[in-house]
Amino acid sequence: MQKQHEQLKTNDFVELPKEHYEELETYISGVKDKEGSLIHILHKAQEIFGYLPKEVQLFVSRQVGIPAAKVYGVVSFYSFFTQKPVGKHKISVCMGTACFVKKAEKILDAFAAELGINKGETTEDMLFTLRDVRCVGACGLAPVVFVGDNVHGHVAVEDVKDIIQQYRKGDE
Amino acid sequence: MENVKSQENKQYRIALRNSGLIDPGDISDYIAFRGYEALGKVLTEMEPAEVAKMVKESGLRGRGGGGFPTGLKWEFTLKAPGDEKYLICNADEGDPGAFMDRSILEGDPHSLLEAMVIGGYATGANNGVIYIRAEYPLAIKRLQVAIDQAREMGFLGKDIFGSGFDFDLYLKLGAGAFVCGEETSLIQSVEGKRGEPTKKPPFPSESGYMGKPTTVNNVETFAAVPPIILNGPEWFQGIGTETSKGTKVFALAGDINNVGLVEVTMGTTLREIIFDIGGGIPGGAKFKAVQTGGPSGGVITELDLDTPIDYESLKNIGSMMGSGGMIVMDDSTCMVNIAKFFLEFTQDESCGKCTSCRVGTMRMYEILEKITNGEGTEQDLINLNDLARSVKDTALCGLGQTAPNPVLSTMNYYKHEYEDHVYNKKCTAGSCKALLSYSIDPEKCIGCTACLKVCPTNCIDGKAKEVHVIREDECIACNACFEACKFDAVIKP
Repeated sequence: MQKQHEQLKTNDFVELPKEHYEELETYISGVKDKEGSLIHILHKAQEIFGYLPKEVQLFVSRQVGIPAAKVYGVVSFYSFFTQKPVGKHKISVCMGTACFVKKAEKILDAFAAELGINKGETTEDMLFTLRDVRCVGACGLAPVVFVGDNVHGHVAVEDVKDIIQQYRKGDE
Repeated sequence: MENVKSQENKQYRIALRNSGLIDPGDISDYIAFRGYEALGKVLTEMEPAEVAKMVKESGLRGRGGGGFPTGLKWEFTLKAPGDEKYLICNADEGDPGAFMDRSILEGDPHSLLEAMVIGGYATGANNGVIYIRAEYPLAIKRLQVAIDQAREMGFLGKDIFGSGFDFDLYLKLGAGAFVCGEETSLIQSVEGKRGEPTKKPPFPSESGYMGKPTTVNNVETFAAVPPIILNGPEWFQGIGTETSKGTKVFALAGDINNVGLVEVTMGTTLREIIFDIGGGIPGGAKFKAVQTGGPSGGVITELDLDTPIDYESLKNIGSMMGSGGMIVMDDSTCMVNIAKFFLEFTQDESCGKCTSCRVGTMRMYEILEKITNGEGTEQDLINLNDLARSVKDTALCGLGQTAPNPVLSTMNYYKHEYEDHVYNKKCTAGSCKALLSYSIDPEKCIGCTACLKVCPTNCIDGKAKEVHVIREDECIACNACFEACKFDAVIKP
């Protein structure tokens, strides 16, 4: 649901930590079939940088030896990759059929209202990113919400405030 | 993942035989349950063609949804010219509301590995790939542990069981694209590219991964292979219906008491699954429909609940087997809204390569949105039906060809709901917000002011012990009054 079609702008340039690039370079140099492992490399890059801005995509393209357009094509195709920085806590509301039947839309709306952002957006303090995700295969817990790697099952609209509070508090 | 424990007698576990019983992190547990015995038998006593023939005779068909005979697929690849061949396991379980494969991957990873080595031998492949969703981190971890253990024990690698047969496996991660469940898209994605389908022919058995003959099978299909080898094809033949042999795992979810996985023999009826094993609908609500086949399937009504399940019978009633998602819906679910939900999914997941799917699913979604917003016209219903049929006939791959199914099936069985939305601007299930109009039954209202207090827009007039009235133009249909009223006096829609 978060397929990004935003254009890569040419004039803004983001300065990213040098050691991150070094870590990625080491990883790529250890991969045998570089072109065939592009998706793996991008997973790793996103793990290191948190997201995949233009600079990282260009870096990957040079390291792997394929055109940047190809890299961008893959990044924009798969919903797992994001080109925008994400918040510290990723709130993922499952929108699989079981959760949908259990009224997950209302849960998503409640999070959006509570955080004051739309789905796919990040709060200004960079604390929360709200996304709707594809079925996470935890239909027994529907409606289910992930915050980072933590699972919240059988979520009711009334729980939304508490869940957000829980992570806010954890950061103080 | 919890499995439905009650009513074990109605269930028959083949694919899930070890899930929940063994420690998935310990290969010796699997071996104690006759693990890798089938592999030993295959490598020391049988020729590749014999293995493929045995699987063909068993009647095993693809459990990913397509239902293609597995043994036949293996024979095609075995016979295809070339000495470099590949075997791929499709573990990209993208169908919303389905988690059968996840259970096998996390609970019994070695059964998949063993079957893949057998499949590699039977198809002449020395390399295997498991293509798995990045959304299943635990499954990825457990598979990697299992692969390492199998390598250490010599079940993977060079000269397995001293037979001279080499086979090795590695994992490739998906990155969130439903279309990658389609085998030609999956192969593109395994190659590190955008997961767009390619036209068939050539079929993957002639030209697949890296242009080499390739077999793609689903996790659940593989899981059934070792028992077939051990117990013989006649045993498997004896289970199920005329055309569909063995068992099928379903993921029961939605408005049902016992949520979880069930494995039943082919030919079990939907009623048995939903009411006997699943324990029926919670809260005394009424059963409305059951959805199988995910975004590619359709809804099944009460009338067809006694249909014995197999690949053909489900197709005949306008749905399909699919990978095994089974979502039960009670009468609070609006069928137009369900069709819209699936279309939103497919239009979003459409890869964009062919026009009929890219544009067609979008236009269908827009029409459905118009209808659920109460702006639908008679012409919209005609256009929707026409559009659904043309997308079905003209899309390039399975995703597009089956995307209209939820629309066609709901329009077929719940035509009156579509008409209600269009002509009467009414949603009887009470789920399309724009069509809800709340009012208060003056006979039932006792004037307790409970609704008045909870109304966020203060659009309910009335005093204590007087009948209350909702000012419809200010009502936002939040349902708060409906929930607050203890006397069932609030009427919706």
